[in-house]
Amino acid sequence: MKGMTIIVKKVTQIIAGVIFLYGLYITIQGHLSPGGGFAGGTIIAGSFILLVLAFGNDVLGLVKKEIRSSFIEALGIFLFILTASGAIILSFYLNYDKIFFKNFLTKGVPGEIVSAGFIPLLNIFIGMEVAAALFTLFLAFVIKSEEKEEKKK
Amino acid sequence: MNYIPLYVILPLLAGVIIPIVGRKVKFIPALLTNLVLLFLTILTVLFILKGDFFMVYKVGGWGIIKGIPVGIFLVVDALSRLVLLIVNLIGLCAGLYSISYIKKFTGEEKYFALFSLMIAGMNGVVISGDLFNIFVFLEIAAIASYALVAFGIRKEELEASFKYQVLGGISSMMILLGIGITYWAFSTLNIADVSSLLRSRNPGRIVFFIQALFLMGFGLKAALVPFHSWLPDAHSSAPSPISAMLSGVLIKAIGMYVILRLFFNMFPVSYKTSLIITLIGALSMIIGVFLAIGQWDIKRLLAYHSISQMGYVVTGIGAGLLLISKGQDLSLAAFAILGGIFHLYNHAIFKGLLFLTAGSVEHRTGLRDMRQIGGLGQKMHLTTTSSLAASMAIAGIPPFNGFFSKLIIIIALLKAHYYMLSFFAVLVSVITLSSFLKLQRYTFFEKLKQDWQQIKESPFWMTSSMLFMAMLCLVTSALIIPGIRERFLSPAVKALMELGRYSLNVLGQ
Repeated sequence: MKGMTIIVKKVTQIIAGVIFLYGLYITIQGHLSPGGGFAGGTIIAGSFILLVLAFGNDVLGLVKKEIRSSFIEALGIFLFILTASGAIILSFYLNYDKIFFKNFLTKGVPGEIVSAGFIPLLNIFIGMEVAAALFTLFLAFVIKSEEKEEKKK
Repeated sequence: MNYIPLYVILPLLAGVIIPIVGRKVKFIPALLTNLVLLFLTILTVLFILKGDFFMVYKVGGWGIIKGIPVGIFLVVDALSRLVLLIVNLIGLCAGLYSISYIKKFTGEEKYFALFSLMIAGMNGVVISGDLFNIFVFLEIAAIASYALVAFGIRKEELEASFKYQVLGGISSMMILLGIGITYWAFSTLNIADVSSLLRSRNPGRIVFFIQALFLMGFGLKAALVPFHSWLPDAHSSAPSPISAMLSGVLIKAIGMYVILRLFFNMFPVSYKTSLIITLIGALSMIIGVFLAIGQWDIKRLLAYHSISQMGYVVTGIGAGLLLISKGQDLSLAAFAILGGIFHLYNHAIFKGLLFLTAGSVEHRTGLRDMRQIGGLGQKMHLTTTSSLAASMAIAGIPPFNGFFSKLIIIIALLKAHYYMLSFFAVLVSVITLSSFLKLQRYTFFEKLKQDWQQIKESPFWMTSSMLFMAMLCLVTSALIIPGIRERFLSPAVKALMELGRYSLNVLGQ
């Protein structure tokens, strides 16, 4: 996949980081304001997709990226399930109820970033999973079309 | 400690650990999947040994506040533990079978990850007591199965998967619309809560619309006759253990089970809907078998028979519903429902086994057309034996399990004076026998063809899981013996027959 002109590359360099930070903001503020893991993850994936579109890559590089991002995707769900069953796992050491999806962390002051127990953590893991999943989907389509073009040559 | 959420947690964990670790360590995917399924099967058997029981699990500790259930409830009663046993036991057999079978494909870890996700989805549908939760898990199971149908990525497999996805998407849309209207009408999605609201106030005509949407949506998932067109393609082009899972378990867990749960325990029983359900069942029974008889592709023939056998289940249960709605002779209604549920259980075993044997034949010969195979009985003894056992079970030859469940359904229909239905049930059974005689003769008992002189029996894991299921075909007919029946089948029938008990049990705790 070929990259684009120098103008597009420069603008992407400036803008991609800002988009990424905005995605992180939406994800982390999920329990306080509209947004959350899914919305934030989509925005993060958007910044990665923009970078790949502007700078381009050969098929081997794309495949490498796909393997890494699908690894992150599985890791995201894994951490989500671990956190959700955290109360069950920790109850073997500490005094928690053995309940699935029990919010076992302290709730904190409402309105602060570190509050609402494990909900911010779950939001972060969802963001990880959604960003990686959308990026993997995009890469799968790009790799398929690249392979087709190579066959034509 | 309450073990119910493990049915979702463990397969889901296996489904995400396998893609992380399985690419590097080759033995992990098969081992992890089968260990999880073995553990869940043992857990279900322990549940069954407890006798009649009812368990409610409140996720996150969110219970009932001022009479309103605010959280997600997981409910396991006698009916759901029966379906859980089917899901995990047949899943275990198919998982063990896959160890040898899947070696000819690439991407073993992807296969087992999707397999675990499908199990997690089906378990989730069966244990959840909340309509939207059912929808979420149903989509997990359905999307995993779309990917698994297309696993061979040849042309016809992709086409079958696409057809399945389009029709599955339509059915999911119907279900979601039904759920939306339910929420609009009742402001709650907890099955027990909706049920108690429906019983306490007159809901009006909107209930019939919701019922129609759910019958359409879940009927499409269960492949009942007007909605059956995706099944033969999808079930015949998937890898064989997946065909066994789809035909043996998936259409029951995410189609039939939900229809049972909603139309007995949620909606009030009415004559009109019962009549429609019985009619759909009878149509699937008759049309399925007539479509099956002309097939020469082994797996397509089996897939069409799935429609017909599901028709038996729905006919038995629909007759029970009709009798309940008339309000006379409830013991006869219980008898008809017993036949339906027993046939549901039996069909999971023998249809799963039939697909596994078809897979074994395909594994060695690479063919699915009966006319080109022929005479395998002289070389593949174990496959032949287990296929014969399953064929006799599906055709209703005593002492195999299919005979008893069909007998109960036919006797119940006769006693309830539905003479036409019972006549068709007998006729369909005879046609089933004839088409399985054809399968046996052309595949296993003709003269051995020149090409197959050097053929060998399938590998160890495939034959052992087939033989285990062939034994199950015989052993499960013991479930009808009084004394064993009261522990396993009768509680499930009772859970359905006591229509309002479900919501009282859930809300009362």
